[in-house]
Amino acid sequence: MSSETFVVAFEGDPDDPAVLDYAMIRAKAEGAKLLLVHVLEWSAYSFLTPQEVEERHGRRKQELSRANEVVMAPALQKCEAAGVVADGVIRYGQVVELILEETRKASATVIYVGRSGSQSMAARVFGSVTLGLAQLAPVPTVIVP
Amino acid sequence: MFNRIASLVALVAVLLPVQAAAQGIDETINTIFADYTGWYVALIFADLPGTNFSWIALWLVVAALVFTIYFGAIQLRGFAHSISLVKGDYSDPDDAGEVSHFQALATALSGTVGLGNIAGVAVAVGIGGPGATFWMVMAGLFGMATKFTECTLGVKYRNEYPDGRVSGGPMYYMVKGFKERGLPGGKVFAILFCIFTILGALGGGNMFQANQAHAQLSGVLGDYPGWITGLILAVVTFLVIVGGIKSIAQVTEKVVPFMGIFYVGVSLIILLMNFDQIGWAFGRIFEGAFTGLGVLGGFTGALIQGFRRAAFSNEAGIGSAAIAHSAVRTKEPVTEGYVALLEPFIDTVVICTMTALVIVITGVLNVDPETGLYVWNAEAGRISTAGEVAGVELTSAAYAQAFSWFPALLAIAVVLFAFSTMISWSYYGLKAWTYMFGEGAAKETIFKLIFCLFIVIGASANLGPVIDFSDAMLFSMAVVNVIALYLLMPIVKRELASYVGRLKSGEIKRFKG
Repeated sequence: MSSETFVVAFEGDPDDPAVLDYAMIRAKAEGAKLLLVHVLEWSAYSFLTPQEVEERHGRRKQELSRANEVVMAPALQKCEAAGVVADGVIRYGQVVELILEETRKASATVIYVGRSGSQSMAARVFGSVTLGLAQLAPVPTVIVP
Repeated sequence: MFNRIASLVALVAVLLPVQAAAQGIDETINTIFADYTGWYVALIFADLPGTNFSWIALWLVVAALVFTIYFGAIQLRGFAHSISLVKGDYSDPDDAGEVSHFQALATALSGTVGLGNIAGVAVAVGIGGPGATFWMVMAGLFGMATKFTECTLGVKYRNEYPDGRVSGGPMYYMVKGFKERGLPGGKVFAILFCIFTILGALGGGNMFQANQAHAQLSGVLGDYPGWITGLILAVVTFLVIVGGIKSIAQVTEKVVPFMGIFYVGVSLIILLMNFDQIGWAFGRIFEGAFTGLGVLGGFTGALIQGFRRAAFSNEAGIGSAAIAHSAVRTKEPVTEGYVALLEPFIDTVVICTMTALVIVITGVLNVDPETGLYVWNAEAGRISTAGEVAGVELTSAAYAQAFSWFPALLAIAVVLFAFSTMISWSYYGLKAWTYMFGEGAAKETIFKLIFCLFIVIGASANLGPVIDFSDAMLFSMAVVNVIALYLLMPIVKRELASYVGRLKSGEIKRFKG
């Protein structure tokens, strides 16, 4: 078994499991470990109403537990069932920045990211996560269609 | 088409008697309020003997001076650190997703930046001359220490509930802080503060805002019944605070800061366009600060107006900021004090000064060419201005000298500022309400409905005595709050000493920069 770690930029869309499935195949073939990184988009410079400020801590807890239950836990179970060693991390912030940070921290050698990503207007104008990773990643990045 | 006109005529026919009845009700309300509350308003806004300087403004300025001295000019010593905190240099990345220092500051600012910065400054400069700006800036700089004190306490003594919600504010530090120091009367202070907050929220934080928003709109669109503005504002506010339609509030919260930035941007452009006069304008401000340059009361006239407007604009000492800042996620209450001290700086030192400089530079204040002194309009009790306008109209006229489209934009800005102030104060009022009557959907909805009703009343009527009473309530908050701050300031000093010590020793880690 190699000591390599592959990062999966995991959006967690159950209808689009391609990126996880492909990363699992590659990890199994090369005996690598997977690190699923799920990022909840967040900016410390956004504006909140007083009510939102009050509720933020509670909402963050709910968002984290939902992300863990609905997104991360099923994905990790899937990996385990397929015999792939996997770990998961959920972060708040800018998606590209944090995936790159986790990649460096884990000394990962490859990043797997789905092609679909966000189709929003903002993504079209400012660039999607896929493009951002492809442009900035310090390691080979595999874009899974 | 005919049907539509007929419907409109029918609607007007129905509404006219309603309006007439409303005017009758206004008069009744005015009379009742003036009879029963006039003495209280007169007491709160009473002038110091022999001056036209209200004791409440002096109360706030003295408090600001005391806190400045007691905390060793924390606003100067800690300014750079405040900026670092807002930038997130000391924020633990593991706390991402929580309310950041920047967000707490922006939310609190959206409650204070508003009519005071636009209309209040014009009143100050119109009556006190350019010199009032100097004293306004001084009062703003000292007020930073007051905000530091109240917001540190707000975070230290907040309540955290099992569901993750956080509630804080003067009522909490009054009860818990007094208990910690072994002082009696914390609960009484808290209840008094809550009563004043509820009434202040309905008045200064609601009716006054709605009233001024309508005044500005009717100035641009032509005269029309106030209840129309009131009803629209009430419906939108209802959708936000009762209906939970967050998108409207989020849009406002996003637009208002940009309006503020835009306002400062336009001011800077006007100042740059008149670059050669900036030195002259500062000269007028400094000269006026100590001589008055022809205003009534000379030096004292300028000082009084400057201090008064600053105190009324940045809300330092009122206690509202302590409610807004208390939800930030920080292990160190002092950090929020540091961040909050930027509020009077942005509100008064930056935004108010911009308005004042533009008014002075654009020459809307009439000057006697022979003496160089301002022409005093004794009848109106202020400096004679181009077109003899005052208040928000003076600001509007000054900016229109450079950009003719500005008054229309200012009307939009005033409405948005008024709306965001109302949203903030509906929250402060609600916190005081739930503190007194307990939490619960039904109880909260009752307050929110009352709040919406008061918007219509505020916009549709000229309820002078009611608004005076509500303003008096707002400043009554400052009376109880400042006493509590004096009693609790040793706790803040202890917190500050401990924090600064750990910051120097490196125990408090810098994560960025």
